[in-house]
Amino acid sequence: MTATNRAEIGHPAVPGEPGLPRLLPSRAHAQGVLEPGLDLVAHSRRHGRAGIRGSALIGQVDAAGLTGRGGAAFPVARKLSAVASAGGSPVVVANGAEGEPVSSKDAALLWFAPHLVLDGLQLAAEAVGARTAYLYMHAGRDARGGPDLPSHLHAAMAQRAAAGTDRATVQLIEAPPRFLAGEETALVSLINGGPARPADKQHRPFQRGIGGRPTLVQNVETLAHLALIARHGAAWFRSVGTRTEPGSMLCTIRESDGQVRVAEAALGTPLSWLLRLGDEVQAVLSGGYHGGWLTLTDARRVALCNAELRPAGAIAGAGVLVALPAAHCGLAETASVARSLALESAGQCGPCFNGLPAIAAALAELAQPRPAGRALANLQRWAGLVTGRGACHHPDGTVRFVASALSVFGAEIAVHARGRCTATRSDLFLPVTAPALAESDWR
Amino acid sequence: MPDRSVRLRVNRAACSGHGLCAELLPEFIALDEWGYPLIADAAVPARLARAARRAVTDCPALALRLTGAG
Repeated sequence: MTATNRAEIGHPAVPGEPGLPRLLPSRAHAQGVLEPGLDLVAHSRRHGRAGIRGSALIGQVDAAGLTGRGGAAFPVARKLSAVASAGGSPVVVANGAEGEPVSSKDAALLWFAPHLVLDGLQLAAEAVGARTAYLYMHAGRDARGGPDLPSHLHAAMAQRAAAGTDRATVQLIEAPPRFLAGEETALVSLINGGPARPADKQHRPFQRGIGGRPTLVQNVETLAHLALIARHGAAWFRSVGTRTEPGSMLCTIRESDGQVRVAEAALGTPLSWLLRLGDEVQAVLSGGYHGGWLTLTDARRVALCNAELRPAGAIAGAGVLVALPAAHCGLAETASVARSLALESAGQCGPCFNGLPAIAAALAELAQPRPAGRALANLQRWAGLVTGRGACHHPDGTVRFVASALSVFGAEIAVHARGRCTATRSDLFLPVTAPALAESDWR
Repeated sequence: MPDRSVRLRVNRAACSGHGLCAELLPEFIALDEWGYPLIADAAVPARLARAARRAVTDCPALALRLTGAG
């Protein structure tokens, strides 16, 4: 479901940002042709050896201020320290399961820089004292029908085995094709032999995870940054980004003409450098389907960092940026995504599996150009009823997305109530998954 | 600090909306429109401690627990 192809990596770096891209091959580096990054020798030549290891690496990651790039932005050093000091025999997981249909940055990273991720996995394992590691990812085929991503990673792992550089054994686990399969307690449950459903947070995985052992789960991009910090240190990492949100992040950018690309941007980069924000754009979605809509005015004003995005109702999340064309109806788009998010509920927590379908149905009412009765009032009440009442953040993220739509597309709600719609197109711009509801899909 | 910091927590993934907890502790637990508990965001008062323990032991889904006790 997270298919990627070479054409998507159009402009890996943002123009005018020195030192980027760090993770993906630069255009100059690849001389115009981006090839899958399987060559271990070329990887070593480009990035050199990692000299900062073990507890010194945890110190540098802390000083660097690296946060998780899977969406939650949790400080990485805190998890590393917790697992390193937990005792027992810890486990490390590289999480590449990006369930969002609008995100393909993890797949792009695994395709073009698999050795950076695998370096990071080994370095993290060494730092916390783990000898067991997993790489968790969706199957996702190359859009041109090339080899699938897991085969690509198996090939990269075989090269490293032949070179004899790695100490921790790595097992590749395929994630089921569900939005929530990448949630860290869901992946722990799957590797423990259960369904890939989120669990109640009585124990965090870094306390008790795979096989009951302390488990470090980090997004694959986070591990790639860690692998570079192990080479260049904290000061280098902080040489781009903002003081409170240092470094760079991968973004999946969907322009209003439908073109998609993956780019690496410094935190604090104005969104207007990353997306074309002309008058053909109506609004911008930042942070994906658990993120929020921004008005065009706000999008032109804010930068890629939570310090500016949160007050405007959105988040940086895992770097999804979508420019919604003016020709499409923001309410219809939101209703379609809300429906898919309701279907992606793991079906465990009552407020989520009752509330999200109710919210989606009310949005479907508001998306029609006719008076919607009590739909808006119901929506606001249900939003309050589901927030903070799930084992995972799915209800909260869904409510953030929906609440931002009610605000950003508020004028359109009034237009619909008068029986009209300003959109000129009825097809949907935002991709959604059509989840099959079989129990086996969670395995 | 004996009972002052004791809180009632629900495992949302385990709760099946039986509603017994709200019958045992109506002063502290209400049910939402789908029958799932809305628990007051406060320490369990000492006078309700016994009923709270009963709610924990009697929950058909074993979804309730007291935190900060002892």
